[in-house]
Amino acid sequence: MRNNRFLRNIRLGIKTLLLHKLRSLLTMLGVVFGVSSVIAMLAVGEGASREALDQIRRLGSHNIIIDGVRPDSDEDDQRGDRVRLLLYGLHYADLDRLQRGFPDIEKAVPVKLIQREGRIGPQAMQLRMVGTTPDWFELVDRPMIDGRKLSELDMERKSNVAVITEHAARRFFAAARAGLGSQIRFGGTTFTIVGIVQSESAAAGGMQTPDRNTDIYIPISTAQERFGDSQEIRSGGSTSREHVELNQIIVEIASLDAVEPNAAAIEAMLARFHPRESAYRVNVPLALLRQAETTRRNFNIVLGAIAGISLLVGGIGIMNIMLASVTERTREIGVRRAIGAKQRQIVTQFLIETIVLSTTGGIIGVVIGMLIPWIISMTVDMPTYVTPISVILALGVSMAVGIIFGIYPAMRAAKLDPIEALRHE
Amino acid sequence: MSTPAAQLENIHKTYHMGEEIIRALNGFTTTFEAGSFWAIMGPSGCGKSTLLNVLGCLDRPDAGTYHIDGRDTAALTDDALSEIRLKYLGFIFQSFNLIPQLTVAENIELPLFYLGWHPERARKRATELADEVGLAGRLQHRPYQLSGGQQQRVAIARALANDPVLLLADEPTGNLDSATGVEIMEMISNLNQSGKTVIMVTHEPEVAEAARNHLVMRDGCIENIGAKP
Ligand SMILES: Nc1ncnc2c1ncn2[C@@H]1O[C@H](COP(=O)(O)OP(=O)(O)OP(=O)(O)O)[C@@H](O)[C@H]1O
Ligand SMILES: [Mg+2]
Repeated sequence: MRNNRFLRNIRLGIKTLLLHKLRSLLTMLGVVFGVSSVIAMLAVGEGASREALDQIRRLGSHNIIIDGVRPDSDEDDQRGDRVRLLLYGLHYADLDRLQRGFPDIEKAVPVKLIQREGRIGPQAMQLRMVGTTPDWFELVDRPMIDGRKLSELDMERKSNVAVITEHAARRFFAAARAGLGSQIRFGGTTFTIVGIVQSESAAAGGMQTPDRNTDIYIPISTAQERFGDSQEIRSGGSTSREHVELNQIIVEIASLDAVEPNAAAIEAMLARFHPRESAYRVNVPLALLRQAETTRRNFNIVLGAIAGISLLVGGIGIMNIMLASVTERTREIGVRRAIGAKQRQIVTQFLIETIVLSTTGGIIGVVIGMLIPWIISMTVDMPTYVTPISVILALGVSMAVGIIFGIYPAMRAAKLDPIEALRHE
Repeated sequence: MSTPAAQLENIHKTYHMGEEIIRALNGFTTTFEAGSFWAIMGPSGCGKSTLLNVLGCLDRPDAGTYHIDGRDTAALTDDALSEIRLKYLGFIFQSFNLIPQLTVAENIELPLFYLGWHPERARKRATELADEVGLAGRLQHRPYQLSGGQQQRVAIARALANDPVLLLADEPTGNLDSATGVEIMEMISNLNQSGKTVIMVTHEPEVAEAARNHLVMRDGCIENIGAKP
């Protein structure tokens, strides 16, 4: 019975609001804009930060990535066609020190890059080989699609085996799982393809081994043996010689707590053995993750404040109109009271009207707020994500706005003296 | 003898307007028997509406006791007074006082809504009442689509919806032309004949003719009381 009366109250509220369609619409506009802008902004922010977090997470939160940085060659004096020797990168000794001197390091994986003219499938082209160890595939979370990954035995035997990416398989052998057992000619050596690894997702940024989708992975021992540490790099007509022992070392730390202290210790160790500070860079995905999460939290706080203010404004707008409505309908209130309505029932009637108003505003706001990110995603290539919690929260808050800003006008209506209300013109 | 519909004893109601003290009701005592039909008359400002407000539990007297259908109304809360209006009373106003955004049917159903009736049952009753007051085809109309006389009929139907003990009417024909006024008075007389107690304020002697008992007021007191001369 009560429930039924409640429903009829809602119906009555809707009916009354529909009598003044334009006024009702204008009244809820504040809530509509407040809710829709917050949902849209949250969706854009969430999309961006999800992408960032995803990238960082893919680097592995237990990992520390140490890059050897190639000096800016243009800055050094480069005269004519003289061949220069560029000496940079991390050393085998660094790897050794990491493996011996840091008990928290579970695994340390070296990465060595070699670029040569090569032939894969039917095509001859400039290829890049990544010399690394079997652990690499786990550390950077790159599962095999077919075949096998590099093995310890390959390392020991310095075998001429290679793992290619799914992308390369598709490109050179016309299918994601094709190419196993095929040969790659590279710098005078013939490699046999033994495995196909998942390509790095397009979203992942460049911190992990600067991945080109056609990179070819070989045992680092083989790379050292066949190609040594020096290579000629041709770019734009000029040739330079580079001597690099290791381009990158990725280490995995046993516990999350130890990641940041170890990063500091590694930094200190490198500083001791590398005279130039710009020669290496220590990247800590976990720290980036923390930072990104802090940024996201701050962003959400700011957004929350904006939402609060706009909903406050919307609520005041609603309250203003409801107060006017109470004055306008004084006589109706008098009649209802004379007929026998209790004060509580008058409060309920007006409160429900306000809640219907603000909640409808909230619903319209949610719809618009979900449409905007969708349009953004469709038109500019920007990830957006509408979190369910933001929708639920928006609806809850707009309902709360109705209650908070409706209670005063409703109380005022209920407190009217019935006799005076009936006499009201 | 049955319980009086309304019994007033030494009722005082005083208004203060700055220095001035207005005794709208000044020791008013009388009994309105069940089934009676009263016309309250008197010059403007003598306290007729104030009396009706007290009878209608819309106003509390400053002093004195008021029993409605044997129930003492002193010391009742606002909610309890609302309850009495809802169950015992029906109001007919000079200016009809229908709620503009509701249809005829919904206006008639209003007391039933607050009584918690099931909507279907309420609609059935509203239809019967509309029939009774001669507005059978008008259930879905809005008040502004009706003439004054028709609006007053809706108001009467609404006042009857809760089957009240006491019908209170403050100049029910005041806003109507005389022909329509006569129709409305016939309707009210019929209601009285079928057993309803009616207390009606009026200025017009012709309207008062319909009532069996007359009460003339002056300065918040009874000047003259008795059966129709
Ligand atoms: N709320 C109020 N505040 C102050 N004075 C009031 C109030 N209500 C009524 N009065 C005064 O009480 C007296 C009685 O008023 P009431 O309305 O009962 O008169 P009435 O007999 O109904 O007059 P009328 O025939 O003009 O309707 C009048 O003098 C009026 O001015
Ligand atoms: Mg009066």
